[in-house]
Amino acid sequence: MIRTTDTTLSESLVQVRGLCNRFGSNVVHEGLDLELYRGEILGVVGGTGSGKSVLLRSIIGLHRPAAGEIRFLGEDIYALTGSRGAELRRRSGVLFQKGALFSSLTTIENIALPLIEHMGLPRADAESLAWVKLALVGLPSEAGLLYPAELSGGMVKRAALARALALDPQLLFLDEPTSGLDPISAAAFDRLLLTLRDAFGFTVFLVTHDLDTIYSTCDRIAVLSDKRVQVSGTLDAVSATDDPWIQEYFHGPRGRAAQQAARSTGEVR
Amino acid sequence: MSKQASTSGGSEVTEGPPLSPGRLSLNETPDGVRLAITGDWTLPHYPALGKSVARLSLAEGAAVQLDLEGLGELDTSGATLIAGLLGAERLQALPDSAPGMTAERRDLLQAVGKALQQPPHEVHKPGYEFGDILAHTGVAAEAVWRDTVTLLDFMGRTLLALLRILLLPQHWRITALVNQIEQIGLNAVPIVALLTFLVGAVVALLGATVLADFGITIYTVDLVAYSFLREFGVLLTAVMLAGRTASAFTAQIGSMKANEELDALLVQGLDPIELLVIPRVLALMLTLPLLTFIAVISGLAGGGVVSLLMLDIPATRFLDIINTVPLRHFFVGLSKAPVFAFIIALIGCLEGFKSGASAESVGLHTTSSVVQSIFMVILLDAVAALFFMEMDW
Repeated sequence: MIRTTDTTLSESLVQVRGLCNRFGSNVVHEGLDLELYRGEILGVVGGTGSGKSVLLRSIIGLHRPAAGEIRFLGEDIYALTGSRGAELRRRSGVLFQKGALFSSLTTIENIALPLIEHMGLPRADAESLAWVKLALVGLPSEAGLLYPAELSGGMVKRAALARALALDPQLLFLDEPTSGLDPISAAAFDRLLLTLRDAFGFTVFLVTHDLDTIYSTCDRIAVLSDKRVQVSGTLDAVSATDDPWIQEYFHGPRGRAAQQAARSTGEVR
Repeated sequence: MSKQASTSGGSEVTEGPPLSPGRLSLNETPDGVRLAITGDWTLPHYPALGKSVARLSLAEGAAVQLDLEGLGELDTSGATLIAGLLGAERLQALPDSAPGMTAERRDLLQAVGKALQQPPHEVHKPGYEFGDILAHTGVAAEAVWRDTVTLLDFMGRTLLALLRILLLPQHWRITALVNQIEQIGLNAVPIVALLTFLVGAVVALLGATVLADFGITIYTVDLVAYSFLREFGVLLTAVMLAGRTASAFTAQIGSMKANEELDALLVQGLDPIELLVIPRVLALMLTLPLLTFIAVISGLAGGGVVSLLMLDIPATRFLDIINTVPLRHFFVGLSKAPVFAFIIALIGCLEGFKSGASAESVGLHTTSSVVQSIFMVILLDAVAALFFMEMDW
């Protein structure tokens, strides 16, 4: 089940070149380069404070970098204006760490909102599509009419995933999707992600700390440390890198356990 | 495992060929029914496609040959329509009925088909019946009663906490108190002074207009003095602070609650009333009388300016008349200030504690706290006016 990883054949969907981010005198990124290929699940890992979230926010257009350029489908996202920018933004979906569902809307209304606002669908059509998305992410239909405050943590993540998928994005950003979930829900979320990716063929940019998620879902890993991407490549290639932090990360007790778990269930890809 | 081809789920990278809306055509052939699906089945065409699918129906269990040669783009919304049209059995049989279809498309159709088997949750919408208005009235009346009890309960807890820490100077939160006094007192001075100055001028203008008919415009000064000393000074200030401070208290405590900070206080054995409510209540009770004094002075100043400019009453004469007004009227007005302050602060804090975790709930309770505290201020003022009149003060 080892996955073919000849990414040179694949087309690059997102290119980050020479990215610099700083807050006052605190430099977070300096000359960071990153490539995201079509159809892959890229796991971005790094210690706390290594700038994973800032990188994600830069790519989705929420944090303008101090220098460098970010290209999505070949276009510099910070040079775009008006409708073209909105068009590109529509092609990506974001799952925020805490879900960020709109608290005054039910789950179905949350999912239907982008369909109504962007595509101008009538409410009835948008909601019937929203019910399909709800079922696709594995939520029971009772959850559709509940408000976010009434959902459990795992359901919030799934509902937020359904909202991120509402417009059939080509590119999906996930910010720690399994944090705060119990191991069973987290494993179910990992499987769901793979199933959906295989059915819909989107590309995933995944920021996570969860070693099980990395072992069971990611095609490629990018390790963020010392203000840039130190190494990126397949799991085997990255975990074999001779760097103390990477060795500790992948071959520490938790890393070994996750690796064994993934091996035993045949999920190493 | 499967490696994705780029065409399965989404649209093309570039703008691609011009979009052609999807089409359906059904042909009866000797071998059975032949369904041809062509064009783009994507979100922009969803309403039109939905209509054309609705016009068509396939007999249950009948074999259908699928012709997907001309199928362009396909996304979830198009897949939903096609899967709904074909039904579960024919989706299972896709490999046979449409051999030319790519695996990714088949996966997409089958995944959507599986999702379609879960029906939407039926909403039971309650109808409107004649008795509903009675029911709503009852519910509302009960809510008013419950709110009143809650407010009295909260008032009792606050007073108890106040008594408890009265003899324990180490529990006096001087820093928090001074901080609150600055925010709700000092920072409110300009707006309170400006507002009451203008109202003082308006009252004087009103007096000048009405009293001119009787030729006793000199009594305008008395009108301004009595109204501001007894009523307007404290009432206007209290209403201002109900809008400015009660809302701030509710929003502060409400967002702390949403962030589980109140729970964190409780599990550390700290009393939220002592830490959050007491400093706010005391700060407001100290500042409202001071602001009332400022309001009275600037209201009189507003009246004085109008008297000077419109009625030609010189400032010395104005002050002489004010001097003849007994001092007790000032104290009658001022005595209400701490009571108003207490009730405003209590309602502001209590609504914060009652708010839920969502942004909407904090907003609702903020509105409620302003409305309630202004209502209570005016109600108490009316009661006090009756009381002072009966007492001949």
